[in-house]
Amino acid sequence: MGLATREAYGEILKELGGKYENIVVLDADLSKSTKTAVFAKAFPQRFFNVGIAEQNLMGVGAGLAAGGKIPFVSTFAMFAAGRAFEQIRNSICYPKLNVKIAATHAGLTVGEDGASHQAIEDISLMRSIPNMTVIVPADAEETRKAITFAAEYDGPVYIRLGRMAVPDLFAADYTFEHGKAVQLADGKDVTIIATGIMVGAANEAAKQLQDAGISARVLNIHTIKPIDKEAIIKAAADTGAIVTCEEHSIIGGLGSAVAEVLVENSPVPMERIGVCDTFGESGIPSALLKKYHLTAEDIAAAAKKVISRKK
Amino acid sequence: MAEKLTQEQVSQLEKYAQSIRYSIVQMVTEAQSGHPGGSLSAADILTTLYFAEMNVNPNDPQAASRDRFVLSKGHAAPVLYATLAEKGFFPKEELLTLRRIDSRLQGHPSMKNLPGIDMSTGSLGQGLSAAAGLALAARLDNSASRVYTVLGDGELEEGMVWEAAMFATHYKLDNLTAFVDFNGLQIDGPISEVLSPLPIPEKWAAFNWHVIQIDGHDIQAIYDAIQTAKTIKGKPTMIVAQTIKGKGVCEMENIADWHGKAPSRQQCDLFLSQLNELEAQ
Ligand SMILES: Cc1ncc(C[n+]2csc(CCOP(=O)(O)OP(=O)(O)O)c2C)c(N)n1
Ligand SMILES: [Mg+2]
Repeated sequence: MGLATREAYGEILKELGGKYENIVVLDADLSKSTKTAVFAKAFPQRFFNVGIAEQNLMGVGAGLAAGGKIPFVSTFAMFAAGRAFEQIRNSICYPKLNVKIAATHAGLTVGEDGASHQAIEDISLMRSIPNMTVIVPADAEETRKAITFAAEYDGPVYIRLGRMAVPDLFAADYTFEHGKAVQLADGKDVTIIATGIMVGAANEAAKQLQDAGISARVLNIHTIKPIDKEAIIKAAADTGAIVTCEEHSIIGGLGSAVAEVLVENSPVPMERIGVCDTFGESGIPSALLKKYHLTAEDIAAAAKKVISRKK
Repeated sequence: MAEKLTQEQVSQLEKYAQSIRYSIVQMVTEAQSGHPGGSLSAADILTTLYFAEMNVNPNDPQAASRDRFVLSKGHAAPVLYATLAEKGFFPKEELLTLRRIDSRLQGHPSMKNLPGIDMSTGSLGQGLSAAAGLALAARLDNSASRVYTVLGDGELEEGMVWEAAMFATHYKLDNLTAFVDFNGLQIDGPISEVLSPLPIPEKWAAFNWHVIQIDGHDIQAIYDAIQTAKTIKGKPTMIVAQTIKGKGVCEMENIADWHGKAPSRQQCDLFLSQLNELEAQ
């Protein structure tokens, strides 16, 4: 098992803090959990706790960006994308301010805290705002690269991070290309498109399918917006069937983004793995992934189903 | 104003509070997850409300005329569950299902899951607004039902709390009584260092609430404050209850780290024996 993406965030943020003097970090009383405490310890003069006040977190971030700083603002995804949605829209994205929102504890794998803390709508909310870039890293290395990209890119970025440790998928020489899908396996019968913690499960599903004589392409889409249309259209042309996988509602997230590209360009049968228009609940992460059908087995079953729908 | 509690009543209530604390430590340990510190600090407040004041009936948890309770600091769910179980809303054994998959005892209170929960909470800063709405609904129905809520002191940093504060005085919601569990700590440290909401009583007074300051572990004082609140007309009452986070478990008292951490099983045995000793005294 590798690091949780939030752990990698804390580490790289500290490193970037040494490199870029303009980086300032804000948190809303969750710095130990979001790992901004690592930065706070190294650069106490450039860390500001706003207390339990997420709307103010975004507003102050906007002001700091307008004043020439590069603010990284962190809290749980529920309270970033959810509580402060309108501040993000009107104070950050509308003026296209250089605020980086690194939101942790996204998705069902928040676990025991339960539905009130399980953001499964944040990708949907964030990608609907003009000027926003939305990134969902799959492992620690991709997180380091994505956060570095965000620090060097000019404009608002939402980065979705998780609570749980995830397997390492990428080595230190991995290059992160903004807006470009990463092909992890090639295949001809179906393409599995995954994001975030579901990328590992997608890889595993492809192996299971291989044992069943099915050849699956696996694409990691880390940048949900702007999305890699070319890779999706090519996958449709080459494999004729698509399965999307995300630890998020099937409404408005990766599945919707991929469907939008497909219907406008090259419609092919598609299945979506995600949370099916329901709230989560308390439980250990592995039990939740099972109950809400977000496992490699579920992906493999969806792949078989979508292949059977091919004309 | 109502009578004082008798010495016997006070000691009976203290027994309930100790039993509730015992359940909190047990259930958080069993779950290996949850928030013991802020649950323990609010135990005396919930005990007094549920066992000496509120009109609630475990056999008829949805009675329209009942008093309502909103745990605005929803992460302290263990104290609410332990209190409801102590009161007979559900068997105490069920407390050990806290935070498990398929349990009615969600990590944060969910009114659709468990009878006795009057409002779903967990996202801080929202409970006072809901409590104000419940108080307004009671008034519209000419009901004598009263509404109680408990907020965290860190929670006061949420702007929405102050929107609700204005609303409650503007609409003269004198059937609403709120508590601040003034334990001085939030997750990242002391409230005065993280983002100070101080001075707390003065702020509520400036928002035109009736403010009472008490020792939040003095059952008689809690009871008296509730009785006084019932006599205040034309405005809501805020009871600022000075408390100790982790109260009752020496190792946890005033330690921010115990906000959201479960004891090991070994620690649990020690903590439970401490609580037993306290009760014996
Ligand atoms: C809107 C929101 N932001 C952040 C959190 C995460 N959180 C849970 S408890 C807590 C600290 C609460 O401190 P306080 O209100 O003082 O509670 P207590 O000390 O009584 O436990 C935080 C920040 C949350 N639940 N809701
Ligand atoms: Mg507190």
